[in-house]
Amino acid sequence: MSQTEALDTFVSQPYKYGFVTEIEYEEFPRGLNEDVIRMISERKGEPAFMLEFRLKAYRHWLTMTEPVWHNVQYPAMDFQDIVYYSAPKKKPTLNSLDEVDPLILETYEKLGIPLSEQKMLANVAVDAVFDSVSVATTFREKLYEAGVIFCSISEAIKEHPELVKAYLGSVVPAADNFYAALNSAVFTDGSFCYIPKGVKCPMELSTYFRINNSESGQFERTLIVAEEGASVSYLEGCTAPQFSRNQLHAAVVELVALDHAEIKYSTVQNWYSGDEKGVGGIYNFVTKRGLCKGAHSKISWTQVETGSAITWKYPSVILKGDHSVGEFYSVAVTNNRMQADTGTKMIHLGKHTRSTIISKGISAGESHNSYRGLVKIAKGAEYARNYSVCDSMLIGDRCSANTFPYIESANSTARIEHEATTSKIGEDQIFYLQSRGIDEENAVSLIINGFVKEVFKELPLEFAVEATKLLSIKLEGSVG
Amino acid sequence: MLSIRNLHASVDGVEILRGIDLDIKPGEVHAIMGPNGSGKSTLSKVIAGHPAYEITDGEIRFEGSPINELEPDERARLGLFLAFQYPVEIPGVTNAMMLRQAYNGIRRDQGLDELDPLEFEDYLAEKLAIVEMDSSLIDRNVNEGFSGGEKKRNEILQMAVLNPKFALLDETDSGLDIDALKIVSHGINQIRGNDKGILLVTHYQRILNYITPDFVHVLVKGRIVKSGGKELALQLEAEGYDAILEAVDA
Repeated sequence: MSQTEALDTFVSQPYKYGFVTEIEYEEFPRGLNEDVIRMISERKGEPAFMLEFRLKAYRHWLTMTEPVWHNVQYPAMDFQDIVYYSAPKKKPTLNSLDEVDPLILETYEKLGIPLSEQKMLANVAVDAVFDSVSVATTFREKLYEAGVIFCSISEAIKEHPELVKAYLGSVVPAADNFYAALNSAVFTDGSFCYIPKGVKCPMELSTYFRINNSESGQFERTLIVAEEGASVSYLEGCTAPQFSRNQLHAAVVELVALDHAEIKYSTVQNWYSGDEKGVGGIYNFVTKRGLCKGAHSKISWTQVETGSAITWKYPSVILKGDHSVGEFYSVAVTNNRMQADTGTKMIHLGKHTRSTIISKGISAGESHNSYRGLVKIAKGAEYARNYSVCDSMLIGDRCSANTFPYIESANSTARIEHEATTSKIGEDQIFYLQSRGIDEENAVSLIINGFVKEVFKELPLEFAVEATKLLSIKLEGSVG
Repeated sequence: MLSIRNLHASVDGVEILRGIDLDIKPGEVHAIMGPNGSGKSTLSKVIAGHPAYEITDGEIRFEGSPINELEPDERARLGLFLAFQYPVEIPGVTNAMMLRQAYNGIRRDQGLDELDPLEFEDYLAEKLAIVEMDSSLIDRNVNEGFSGGEKKRNEILQMAVLNPKFALLDETDSGLDIDALKIVSHGINQIRGNDKGILLVTHYQRILNYITPDFVHVLVKGRIVKSGGKELALQLEAEGYDAILEAVDA
């Protein structure tokens, strides 16, 4: 077997989360109009301000056009051919897991996310979102004792409307962009976290998103607020079954950190990416943004993007508070016909603000992988500093990698450093390790794990192991 | 232990080795010398199994069995080792990590228990002394940011750790100052033994002052044109390659 063939097998492992759970659905007819939005809001028992918020977003969305500036290609999307609300028929009571459809519990178990009391992941609270609704949130009481609110956004809208009203749309306004507007109009669920003043969240918080229905889109909304001096580490995981139809996932995530607060947000994204010919897979068009509102606050994004037919997202930080810190650590893996256009925006407004960007792209097969990032230093951002590293690794010779770094500085005291490299996974590196007795498969996995190490060490310990495993599944195969 | 018959090899369709015959017995040190572009480095890469080179004719046997078709890692686990002329950098992978994985692979093949990280650390400490290397280099990424001398010493350290039966040293002396050359040579001499074979590829005679070869071969245009004892190296040093090239052309 030639080296190229060997690498091909190596990077072409089947998707093991592609199964479908056969359950009954309650779903709305396809398509979108004001009536569908009213139905969503009514079904969720929302207060009037939410319906207002949704309708305003929808009306604005109608005036917008789909953006085309990205470096990805896909056929025109028919927004009237999507099911905007889809929930398992047996509506769970959120207080008890006994009420959750056993088939759904089984699904999460298969995904390695046990929700039952006996098997729960130690020290990690999980909110499980299945298609359009949250089905369970674990460890709620323990968190409540610490003053932490962790629940689905639907519940938060009903039970903590004052908090939701104050912060929802405050970082990503409904009119921000095409997909954010769509999400604001039709989002069905997601997670809400509120960490009160001075509280260090006693455990990792995590939301596990699963798209099961072949016809529905998933529009989730996550809002995390850390008050003065609070801190939290949050992880999001995603999988979907294998369907030949492309599905839209258009999420919005907003983070708000007040004075001296710290939010660490980690994502392990493994949506179905389509088959080797590029049929099917999730379009992952996501708006994620954090606001370092207070002085000395810190927001850190870590993402491991291994799935989706198209990934298009730029988790960003607005550094408004003086001395605030923004970080972006990313590993994006593309294979077969996958496309990724991902990166970050660091908007420096406050004085002495600092940001770090570490991006590692790995492209294999016939995939396209682009880093796109903006570092913007506003006029008043005295002594702002940015350090960026964007490294790309190519596996085989049919894939491509691009880097689009944009830098805008309006303040001469700013210090901005940018480094970028593109390397082909070296025949020489593989040969070097092989000549030490390490076989080709292990040599490639050693090189790749070395390449992503800087980012993986930022993941919470519980998930670093999982991410390493996921990476080896994505990029491992039989050689020889 | 290493026996090469009528070896022809090409890269990108260009023939570099054009019929090499060579026999190396356990305990022997052979030096291959030759002008630039004569195929010296190609020979060591072909023996180690570099995928860019194609063997078009002939055979390489190691301890009696043909190895032409074996993967580089299979050859390594049989006991072959190549010290690179240009050691490769592997970002994010520490020396210790790579060496432990490599060494344990060899132990597995020999039916021995693998060493855990602590046991391996002790084993490594012994070997570090041989090349007078600072232990901090062990936790640094493989060859990343190493000076030229450190890279070459690192090659010899790896050889000491993996304890091969046969070592190919590809221009290990190039780019070394005299002190580093002494340390590297000293390391090689300590590893050298009655049972090990060594093939030392070099452009200059200098390293042979420290590592005395049993045989010297002169490689020109992909063929061994002259063989002799260590005095041949001195003769080359004195007369240059030109004399031999003229004799070959004539």
